Amino acid sequence: MQNFVYTVTDPEGLHARPAGLLVKCAQSCGSDVKITLNGRTADAKRLFAVMGLCVKQNDQMAFAVEGSDEAADCEKLKAFCEANL
Amino acid sequence: MGRVAFHRSGNAQIEKRRIEDVKGELSRLETAKKEALGFLNEIYLTSLKRVGEKDSMIFQIHMMMLQDEDFLDAIKNKIEREQVNAEYAVWAVGQEFAARFAQMDSEYMRGRQADVIDISKRLIQYLDDRMAYGPAQMDEPSILAAEDLSPSETMQMDKAKLLAIITRGGSKTSHSAILSRTMGIPSVVGLENGFEELKNGVTVIVDGTSGEVIVEPDENAVADYEKQRKEYLDSQQRLRQVLTSKVVTKDGRTVAINANIGHPGDVESVLKNGADGIGLFRSEFLYMGHDALPSEEEQFQAYKHVLEKMDGKPVIVRTFDIGADKRVPYLNLPEEDNPALGYRAIRICLNRKELFWTQLRALLRASAFGNLEIMFPMIISVDELTAAKAMVEEVKSSLAAESIAVAQDIKIGIMVETPAAVMMSEELAEECDFFSVGTNDLTQYTLAVDRMNGKISKLYNPRHPAVLKMIRMAAENAHKAGIWIGICGESAADPELTEAYLEMGIDELSVAPSSVLELRDHCLNLVK
Repeated sequence: MQNFVYTVTDPEGLHARPAGLLVKCAQSCGSDVKITLNGRTADAKRLFAVMGLCVKQNDQMAFAVEGSDEAADCEKLKAFCEANL
Repeated sequence: MGRVAFHRSGNAQIEKRRIEDVKGELSRLETAKKEALGFLNEIYLTSLKRVGEKDSMIFQIHMMMLQDEDFLDAIKNKIEREQVNAEYAVWAVGQEFAARFAQMDSEYMRGRQADVIDISKRLIQYLDDRMAYGPAQMDEPSILAAEDLSPSETMQMDKAKLLAIITRGGSKTSHSAILSRTMGIPSVVGLENGFEELKNGVTVIVDGTSGEVIVEPDENAVADYEKQRKEYLDSQQRLRQVLTSKVVTKDGRTVAINANIGHPGDVESVLKNGADGIGLFRSEFLYMGHDALPSEEEQFQAYKHVLEKMDGKPVIVRTFDIGADKRVPYLNLPEEDNPALGYRAIRICLNRKELFWTQLRALLRASAFGNLEIMFPMIISVDELTAAKAMVEEVKSSLAAESIAVAQDIKIGIMVETPAAVMMSEELAEECDFFSVGTNDLTQYTLAVDRMNGKISKLYNPRHPAVLKMIRMAAENAHKAGIWIGICGESAADPELTEAYLEMGIDELSVAPSSVLELRDHCLNLVK
């Protein structure tokens, strides 16, 4: 399993649009992707779960990526976060 | 103005039935889901054509919600365990998910209930076609009144017959409101008072700009409305023509057309007029007309508001230019014989450092919320610029020590508004990221003509060759050092000078928001 933490810089936090894009990105990964925030964990491939985290600016999302391609998927997700969130 | 047509959303009554054939019910759900997805995809494609990709994304989100496994599993579970019909299961789960959003501690997320309800209704429509969910049929162009309107309903409306929208519920940030605004349909959302007065067939005027609804207007109101509508449509037409065109010169340089503002509230009109950014945000408003110094927090909120609204476009804030004709009583600045040549602007900043410190802290904190650039006024020497820049660095380290986020690489520029700054422009250009020429003061100082003296007002001439030579010199030195130069004084909007400015290689013109379109139009004609 690989982990990384991303701090959200978007002043609006994880609104519907960015949440949708994030879920799409996670769905394109072969690995399992989980996000933990404030003690709650959500499956990053499920939109309602991700929106349910109610991610705001400066929140630190902890990603856990597990699967045969986890290193590549981790990079992909990191790059996505940096470009979009 | 037009007649009201009421729109009622479907799904008023959902029957709860006991079912025996669970498998059959699950397959009905599956079929309905596929049909609903197909429908949403069509809406998405329509929306793409009408409002573009960004605002259409909501329908992609709806499709994803409709395929969300948590959502679908909850519905399937309900059907299996409680042996209920699919319509009821969808409705109940939709309510449950909406309730989850209702409890969130962000207003935005609470607003997402509407999206869950929207997709649930859509799914139910495809389960039972008696639950038709869609736009009201309008025989003639009408003003649509509804309790609330979902994004997909908004997009389904026959635009040719839709004059305006009034809803009792909803907020300005709802996706429906955003979609109707982007489509250019006047809308008033969240009309609490007077919604009861609206009845089918009643004539009303909807003013989408002010959020007013006038029921059964009299002759005067109608005449006033007709006039305003004509003006609005004329300006809209012009807007559409040049709003998004970039000014690119024959030799391939892009010239930014920016706006000058003096108050955070002006940002709306900056956006409406399609400025490329804010070339001059006069921060004096925070200091003038107050009884005391503005707090750091007050300043921070003002800058943050503008930066967020501008959504990544550059916002150049000029640090306070107090003194001379801009008086601030509570600072107890002494009377001066010659205030234009006196204790003002950067001279106060570098002397009363506590004032400057507060402003810089507020600015740097706000920088995390957009594309901030900082500009110092009244510079006459490299020393002043280095001292001001050193203060910026000091404030940055102090914020870093408190772990407060500050944008990286904030551009620093100066106002070129004194002959000294022009003569020193070669050296100054090495020390900053941009120049912005303040033609009002540069004219007064170059020509030794007091702007406030009526007797010599004829001599005050920004088109004077001496002033133009000054600007040319600053431009040459700016470009030699690889930095850009703009003009933010009043003569930036002078059509007689535009050609000369473009020929000198001026990279940016910043004018009042209301002049942006005209200037853009003029520049586009010149570079054709």
